[in-house]
Amino acid sequence: MSAEIAMSRPETVPRRHVLTPLKEHPEWVCVPALFVLVVAVWEIGFSLASVPLYIAPAPSDIYHALVNGLGSGLFISNGLATLTEALLGFLLATVLGVALGAVIAQSRFVEKTLYPYLIAIQTTPKVAIAPLFIIWFGFGMTSKVIMAAVVAFFPILVNVIVGLRSTDASRIELMRSLQASRWQIFTMVRLPSAAPMIFAGLHIAVIFSVLGAIVGEFVGSRKGLGNLIMQLNNNLDTAGVFAALVVLSAMGIVLHLLMHALQKKLLFWSEQHQVAQV
Amino acid sequence: MDRMPTMSLRRSEPGAPPAALIELDNLQKHYRTRSGDRVQALGPIDLTIGTGEFITVVGPSGCGKSTLLKMLAGLIPRTSGTIRVNGQAIDGPQRDIGVVFQSPVLLPWKTTFENVMLPATVLKLDRTQTSARAMQLLQMVGLGDFAHRYPNELSGGMQQRVAIARALVHDPAVLLMDEPFGALDAMTRETMNVEIRRIWRESGKTVLFVTHSIPEAVFLGSRVLVLSSRPGCIADVVDVDLGAERDLDVMTSDRFGIYTRRIRQHFQAKGFIE
Repeated sequence: MSAEIAMSRPETVPRRHVLTPLKEHPEWVCVPALFVLVVAVWEIGFSLASVPLYIAPAPSDIYHALVNGLGSGLFISNGLATLTEALLGFLLATVLGVALGAVIAQSRFVEKTLYPYLIAIQTTPKVAIAPLFIIWFGFGMTSKVIMAAVVAFFPILVNVIVGLRSTDASRIELMRSLQASRWQIFTMVRLPSAAPMIFAGLHIAVIFSVLGAIVGEFVGSRKGLGNLIMQLNNNLDTAGVFAALVVLSAMGIVLHLLMHALQKKLLFWSEQHQVAQV
Repeated sequence: MDRMPTMSLRRSEPGAPPAALIELDNLQKHYRTRSGDRVQALGPIDLTIGTGEFITVVGPSGCGKSTLLKMLAGLIPRTSGTIRVNGQAIDGPQRDIGVVFQSPVLLPWKTTFENVMLPATVLKLDRTQTSARAMQLLQMVGLGDFAHRYPNELSGGMQQRVAIARALVHDPAVLLMDEPFGALDAMTRETMNVEIRRIWRESGKTVLFVTHSIPEAVFLGSRVLVLSSRPGCIADVVDVDLGAERDLDVMTSDRFGIYTRRIRQHFQAKGFIE
């Protein structure tokens, strides 16, 4: 009997402990735990100190404001407006950044001529130009798209130039040995070689474009999350402001993850999966 | 010049007297140092290479053997002299020359097969015809099963074999190899040496192979070109008579020892080898 039981026992497969995944990924516990801790201290601390709502909200106030804002569609419509501005600006910046970067990388002469001007423009705080864009392009969407594009443009441009410049010389030599034209070398070797670097720029730029759109909305607008935050702020609705910020940061996270997924798909061959974060 | 690649890998008839394919006449290369002095790096070199020959070029580091190869490939300009391929003076890269570099230089975003097809894409060759040839070449280098893998999934030796297949895909008459196995470990290198002999025999190409290994030069070459250093000049030309079929055992034969000793003496006399 006892032998039978011994036989029927499964072989001593090292069974994975229930907690093993958590040992491998401590962040699955730590990150939510920190959140709960901060929220709890915040909530209890605020109620003990009875901080008035017009100074700062407790987490429960933010939660209610968030539910109300999402339920009324206020956050959705304004969020979509900001998202549209940011994405259009990002696209514009990508097209211009890649095109101008490619031209500059072709010739030292062009680079030497244009670079001081580009640096001058880059070092000017973009927020300071925003009021001008309102004068030139109005209160509508255009001025926000331009603002987002201006902010997102430089990280792309710089990465395109550096990426195209740093092509492995042996790859170009290979192409030359095959009598490849300049255009063939550019499209078949230089551009794909620069892709990981360009992607690092796009990663920064997509987040910057949201920043640009918000700044544009702050300066003058009729809708968008930036506009909404200004209104809520004027009404001393701090809970609403915080709720809008939550929506805004959720948008940023989604954009970041989308870029990450796109990069993993397109640049599967690159060792440079990790992108420098800003 | 605008010859379509033929399906046959063999071009020269066995036994036929080799016709002159490459002629180097008074070939020289000078460099200008920062202080403005002219330094003679290579030459003058006069050399005639026949169709179907396997020429190895051996010399100490910095003797200009890579410079010689790159001038033949049309990748760097020569200072004086002429290079003729098939009787035509050349200036710049040629359709009829395939190059294998020191590193494989595969494009990591393309599969093995697509990498081999690169010359066909650049030269706009007929795709259906060339892809059949590319598969045939991948099989010849023993990588038929790896056609749809990416370079980072291959070992160093496999990557260099892909580079060899790529250099042959547009059916050039001449294959230039610049220390292609220098980065490989000793055992892989010996295997590759046997392989490249077989590929040469099967394809009937004219090969110019640069190396700094004396045994490798003797094992591979039907003629060994010994270069002296600064400036790189032809110190000796050794006709290697070890038969067409060579396996690694050849390296332990007396005759092999005689050839390597003869070449080594050139470098000993110059003090490159203690």
